[in-house]
Amino acid sequence: MDFFQLIISGLANGCVYGLIALGFVLIYKATEAVNFAQGDFMMLGAFVCIGFTNHEYMGLNFWLAVPLSILVMGFLGYLFNWGILRHMFGQSQTSIVILTIAMGFIIRFFAGATWSHEPTSLETPYAGQDIRSGGLVLGIDEVLIVVVTAILTLLFYLFFSRTRIGLAMQAASQNQLAAYYMGIPVKRIHSLVWGLSGMVAAVAGILFASKGAIDPSTGLLGIKAFAAAAIGGFGSLPGALLGGLIIGLVEPLASRYGPSGVSQIAPYAILLLILIFRPGGIFSQTQRKKV
Amino acid sequence: MSLLEIKNVTLRFGGLVAVDNVSLKVEEGEVFALVGPNGAGKSTIFNLISRFYDPAEGRIRFDGNDLLKSTADQVPSFGVARTFQNIELFEQATVLQNLLVGRHRHRQTGMFSNIIFSPKTYREELRHRAAVEEVIDFLNLQPYRDKMIGGLPYGVRKVVELGRALASEPKLLLLDEPASGLSVEETQDMAFWIEDIQTQMGISVMMVEHDMGLVSAVSSRVMALSDGKELATGTAAEVQSHPAVIEAYLGTGDISKTGTSRA
Amino acid sequence: MRFVFKTSYDADISLFKHRAQAVWYALLLLLVLGTPLYFVATGDAYLLGEITGMLILAIAGMGLMLLTGHTGLPSLGHATFMAFGCYLNINLLSAGVPWLIAFPLSGLIAGVLGTMIALPVLRLHGVYLALATLAMSMLTSDFVVIAEPWTGGIAGAAVPDINIFGMEINRYSTPFKFYYLVLFVAILLVWFYRNLLRSPTGRSFTAIRDSEISARAMGINLTRTKAMSFFLSATAAGLAGALFGHSAGYVTNETFDLVMSITLLLMIVIGGLGFIHGAFFGAIVVGIIPVAIANGRTFLATTFDVNINVPGLESALFAFILVCFILFEPMGLYGRWLKIRTYFELFPFYRKDMFKRQKSYLKTDRVQ
Repeated sequence: MDFFQLIISGLANGCVYGLIALGFVLIYKATEAVNFAQGDFMMLGAFVCIGFTNHEYMGLNFWLAVPLSILVMGFLGYLFNWGILRHMFGQSQTSIVILTIAMGFIIRFFAGATWSHEPTSLETPYAGQDIRSGGLVLGIDEVLIVVVTAILTLLFYLFFSRTRIGLAMQAASQNQLAAYYMGIPVKRIHSLVWGLSGMVAAVAGILFASKGAIDPSTGLLGIKAFAAAAIGGFGSLPGALLGGLIIGLVEPLASRYGPSGVSQIAPYAILLLILIFRPGGIFSQTQRKKV
Repeated sequence: MSLLEIKNVTLRFGGLVAVDNVSLKVEEGEVFALVGPNGAGKSTIFNLISRFYDPAEGRIRFDGNDLLKSTADQVPSFGVARTFQNIELFEQATVLQNLLVGRHRHRQTGMFSNIIFSPKTYREELRHRAAVEEVIDFLNLQPYRDKMIGGLPYGVRKVVELGRALASEPKLLLLDEPASGLSVEETQDMAFWIEDIQTQMGISVMMVEHDMGLVSAVSSRVMALSDGKELATGTAAEVQSHPAVIEAYLGTGDISKTGTSRA
Repeated sequence: MRFVFKTSYDADISLFKHRAQAVWYALLLLLVLGTPLYFVATGDAYLLGEITGMLILAIAGMGLMLLTGHTGLPSLGHATFMAFGCYLNINLLSAGVPWLIAFPLSGLIAGVLGTMIALPVLRLHGVYLALATLAMSMLTSDFVVIAEPWTGGIAGAAVPDINIFGMEINRYSTPFKFYYLVLFVAILLVWFYRNLLRSPTGRSFTAIRDSEISARAMGINLTRTKAMSFFLSATAAGLAGALFGHSAGYVTNETFDLVMSITLLLMIVIGGLGFIHGAFFGAIVVGIIPVAIANGRTFLATTFDVNINVPGLESALFAFILVCFILFEPMGLYGRWLKIRTYFELFPFYRKDMFKRQKSYLKTDRVQ
């Protein structure tokens, strides 16, 4: 039973990593930009919700605050692309990486200054409640994480495979100039994608903060999400989620059954191994320049 | 023994056969042209010689050396230099620096000698500089010597690309569409240069080209390809009048004929 | 307008383009040599210590600049190499090796270690390489803790003093000597760097940065050349780390952390990616920010009686400056300086888009 608790807890963490990785891969697939601040987006989303919900701030109703926070983060993501990244159109990937790293610093500072530097938890109406079934005790917050993630994944799958916007996003990611000529409003699509990604990050943050405490430096677990995205090959949404689950599971298992200290470095070791041996991820998508 | 021998080379990209059992020989001192419709596999053959691709079957020998045993960066040391169809110059460097990189295969000093700029490094720099100056004179690149590639017009870049290949003092020069995108005058210049490269510098040339005027003017021999297969080989006039070549370019006009018909 | 008439190949090969440039740099040399004298007058060596710190950062920055700015390989793990150099230095000095041998040796060994670590990831590009170096730096932080006998683990280690032929050099007791020592190392490395750039090795580095395919076609062995670049870069970082250790006096496993790696990268971008000066300009910015913030705080406190004390302001301000540069001046501080200088040199023929870089809209253009 203890093992099963470990699995569920690992899955819950994995879903959070997976959601962050999802947001990350969304942006990468559509705009080729690498958002090193995705983890900080998550943290910001959590704090926005905390700011709406917790009694020491605005004390709004939880079920009102959640959609509000998601919208706010979506708007911020959209704004970030519209206001800043748009000007980087056509420039090298490294510049964008550096830009997002810098944004991460600024977001961290902003969160600390606006809300708090101390670990803070999100006040939820279901805090501390459990589901009990046949000797199993599962926290509702953990179950909710898994359920929400599953629903989101399905929604995204439908969005990209069935809607015109999804198709347009894929076109814009391959050849921006050609997409323009086909009438696709590339820059607006990019902003939409960033908005979507912001929303996903908000969901991840809310879920995470409802389960545990969060402080401005929590965003750094985004690096583990990169490992998750790498497993999926950076271009695959289901791969990102799968990667997140794998990392989420490896951590508690390694901490329980492996030598001490391994569970801390496991995500980074996995990231490194994948980059060295299968940079295309498990679902490999190779590319080559044609001369 | 021919300078370059390609025997029964086949290259597949998954299910697509890019080069299908092609054999050719380039003799020393000649200008050998590869012509054919787009997608015929001409640049692919260049990439095979440059060792960017590995053939599924076949052999490639240059100057008696088995090229298939080498990696891409070892090829220039045998005396092969190439240009690229889409111009692969070093954008953030000057023309001079681009040409100097072309001299890399003649490099004799190592990293540590370079760091302290030993007298040996200094002498080597002077040598390279002098050699590059010859190329600049030949191609009339003097006005552009210190200009960044980024600001140069297309025609000049094509010439710099040629210069960079020449700077390595090759035995065989692979020119990938040297005249594409050039104006009439620039193409004429290119024709004169290729002729000079062949006759004055004694460098053999192999080129991929669509401009049949240029091909007729400078080539010793021509091979036509289509769909990765060889259609005809001979002089420019022979190849141009070969029925299979005409069909590949212009089609037969006979819609009742089954099989490949291309417009 | 100045016309430079070149009458020999030396004009292209030599370090200075024309006599005036040599004169300017000579003046700069005099300035930096004479800086400590100003502090003798005021009697306050604190600022001199800060300047020395900037020089050390610049040395590390030069290492990263060679790798990222000139060879095009982004690295988010350079603090790791600094850590190598620092701990190697500590252990060698503690073992009784004289400083004059221990110092360069620790740099070189750091270079070798760095190259070995980098070998598996040399074929990666752009973001993948950045992520791999990021993962490596996280792993190395843990390794520092594990290698406790050599590194002192979490408790940390004290850095022995510098002793050259009996002359003791310490940051606090002999700040002037320390400054000149660091200055000497910095100038030496600049000379090495400039020699590198005007020689075939340096050109092969920039060739890799600009077009790997072409570089291969010109006969440049990618793996070996990238490894060379890593070696030199890690050596410089190692030397900087050793000096940093001497400057700090005491180091722990948190001294050379991810934040320092990121700071180095952001620093050279602000300074100007692809120029040696960029490392120095960037280091000056990093060094000035805390001073500026402290002064700003004092000013606000005394004039408006407002007390602002927000942690993390330095990093945020630094990041904000970087964002401004990336958006409006991608060539960094030195790039802006170049444009201004060219404007005056070519006056009135300066054209606005002289330094415009080509943008790549096609995915295949961005793939290397």
